[in-house]
Amino acid sequence: MRFTAIAAPSAARTALVTVASVVAALLICALVFRLAGQAPGLVYGTMLRGTLGDPTGLAEVGRRTIPLLLVGAGLALAFRAQFFNIGAEGQLLLGAVFAAGTALFVPLPGPLLLPVMFAAGFVGGGLWALIAAGLRRVNVNEILSTLMLNYVAVALVTYLIAGPWKGKDVRGYIYTDTFAPAGWLPTLGGTQVHWPTLVLGVLLALGLQWLLTRSTFGYALRVVGENPGAARYAGLSSARIATLVALLTGGLAGLAGAGEVAGIHHRLLEAGQISLGYGFTAVIVAWLARGNPALCLLTAPLMAVILAGGDLLKIDLNLPFRVVDVFSGVILLCLIASEVFVRHRVQWRGA
Amino acid sequence: METIVIEALVRALAVGTPLLLACLGAILNERAGVVNLGVEGLMAVGALAAFAVASASPDASLWLAVGAALLAGAALGAVHAFATVTLRANQFVSGLALALIGTGAAGLLGKKFEGLPLFNKVPDWTLGSFTISPFTVAALVLAGLMAFWLSATRSGLTLRSVGENPAAADVLGVNVGLVRVLAVLGGGALAGLAGAFLALSYRSSWADNMTGGLGWIAVALVIFVGWRPLRAIAGALFFGFLFYLQFRLQGNSGVPTEVFSAMPFVLVLVVLALAGLRGQAGDAPAALGRAYVRGER
Repeated sequence: MRFTAIAAPSAARTALVTVASVVAALLICALVFRLAGQAPGLVYGTMLRGTLGDPTGLAEVGRRTIPLLLVGAGLALAFRAQFFNIGAEGQLLLGAVFAAGTALFVPLPGPLLLPVMFAAGFVGGGLWALIAAGLRRVNVNEILSTLMLNYVAVALVTYLIAGPWKGKDVRGYIYTDTFAPAGWLPTLGGTQVHWPTLVLGVLLALGLQWLLTRSTFGYALRVVGENPGAARYAGLSSARIATLVALLTGGLAGLAGAGEVAGIHHRLLEAGQISLGYGFTAVIVAWLARGNPALCLLTAPLMAVILAGGDLLKIDLNLPFRVVDVFSGVILLCLIASEVFVRHRVQWRGA
Repeated sequence: METIVIEALVRALAVGTPLLLACLGAILNERAGVVNLGVEGLMAVGALAAFAVASASPDASLWLAVGAALLAGAALGAVHAFATVTLRANQFVSGLALALIGTGAAGLLGKKFEGLPLFNKVPDWTLGSFTISPFTVAALVLAGLMAFWLSATRSGLTLRSVGENPAAADVLGVNVGLVRVLAVLGGGALAGLAGAFLALSYRSSWADNMTGGLGWIAVALVIFVGWRPLRAIAGALFFGFLFYLQFRLQGNSGVPTEVFSAMPFVLVLVVLALAGLRGQAGDAPAALGRAYVRGER
């Protein structure tokens, strides 16, 4: 097998390879379902009918699109700068913690509460990511540090809801008191789609795309990501870019966390209930979008179908929710393994 | 007092065993220049393969179960090797995908084994007043062998040259791709073995998420021990001791449980930061994490 580099791969080629790799991933997953004793047709049928086929299902997809869009758009930016933030899960949780702390303990006039909760969420998520950016300066790989911080964030949430923040009237279960109604986001009639966060996500995804392609900061970010040597020569500090990128991505994940508690749960509760694996799934959202925040407007709903579908498989076919991990992992693997076919022509014979 | 010390040591060795095995596996492929962050997933499939074979019947062979774990780890490792060596995919992201696939597939396919008893767990060896798992002894011996092999044999040197300077190794006639593939397969098999220890000896049961983050700690441990197999013994013992403390102090110290569950991960961060400040990250094989393409530097 021999690869010949293509100087400027066309958009059509990129799109074709991306679609082909997702199809390959779905075929591989079908094989796994067969091994697990489920007919792949039934599995995919259940997922599609229950998500895109009825209004309730669509609302469930919408609900999951919101955090995936916010987190994914941020990660798209981070990956362009070669900052491999895998800790969005933890940053989202910290956002939820900061937003819940604000709602529960900060006396604010009603109309101010929600904006301050979201600002606090941004700060919480951003600070959590800044730890990783700081550690990167002493040569700690950010993939490892952000992952470790995920585990720490889960422990922190559990500690708060079981300990100092435990609700007054809560017996047996662990969660905080319910927020005052001023801290609740409005939802689209009868669903859990908290539309203000969705609007925020759309605006931020477009804004980040603008930042990336049209601003000086975005230019510096792309240079640092694509050619670190040239960046150094041009006097661009990759450490400073990494810090800013960490703050932005972590902050966006924090906003997603604030949205989940203000829009759906109205209290702080167990980590596994706040985030349904949004942090990892958003990695794929960003990768599918090939580092373009605006394209996350397409890829976030796509992955939301898989997350919502995973829930259905749990209920309808009694499959463990782990199927979502298999989906995510296989899609991610096929995506990055196919990258070579975007930039290279392949000749199968001769060495 | 003496019994407490011995108990602590025995427990630290027990928890340290999967860490040591997985860490040795990671050292093997990283010395050849390939990072595999998928250790957690490799361990999970190893554990499932071992448990599935061992629980097939009351007199199923334990050797067969261990063999299945080695194979399962190597098979998932082969996916990583194909993606990163043949297709030159990003090693870090491929490893992450592998971790998801491994833990996900193990949880999915292993569901039917949840809560089942294991008829034939690997019997511990009795040494005087305490017991030790054969896996622990095997892990210690393997660490010694690997240290010797890497530093004193020709094939060990070849492996290291591929991780340090693949272009030079290529010029000398070494098949860089093949060495890397073999190293990743071997690393995967060792991670699978770490999983087999959990399923057949330490917990002797199957549960989803039974690896509980040990694989990630093993990945971090490699940096902490500077890619050296003998130091890995000390590193694994250290973290094994931390887990023992977590178990020991839980509930009767007045400190919230969550502090202990977060402690190993916080300590990994502290330890990595210290290793980085001391410049130890500079001990990494020079070509670590980079695909080798002939004609490019």
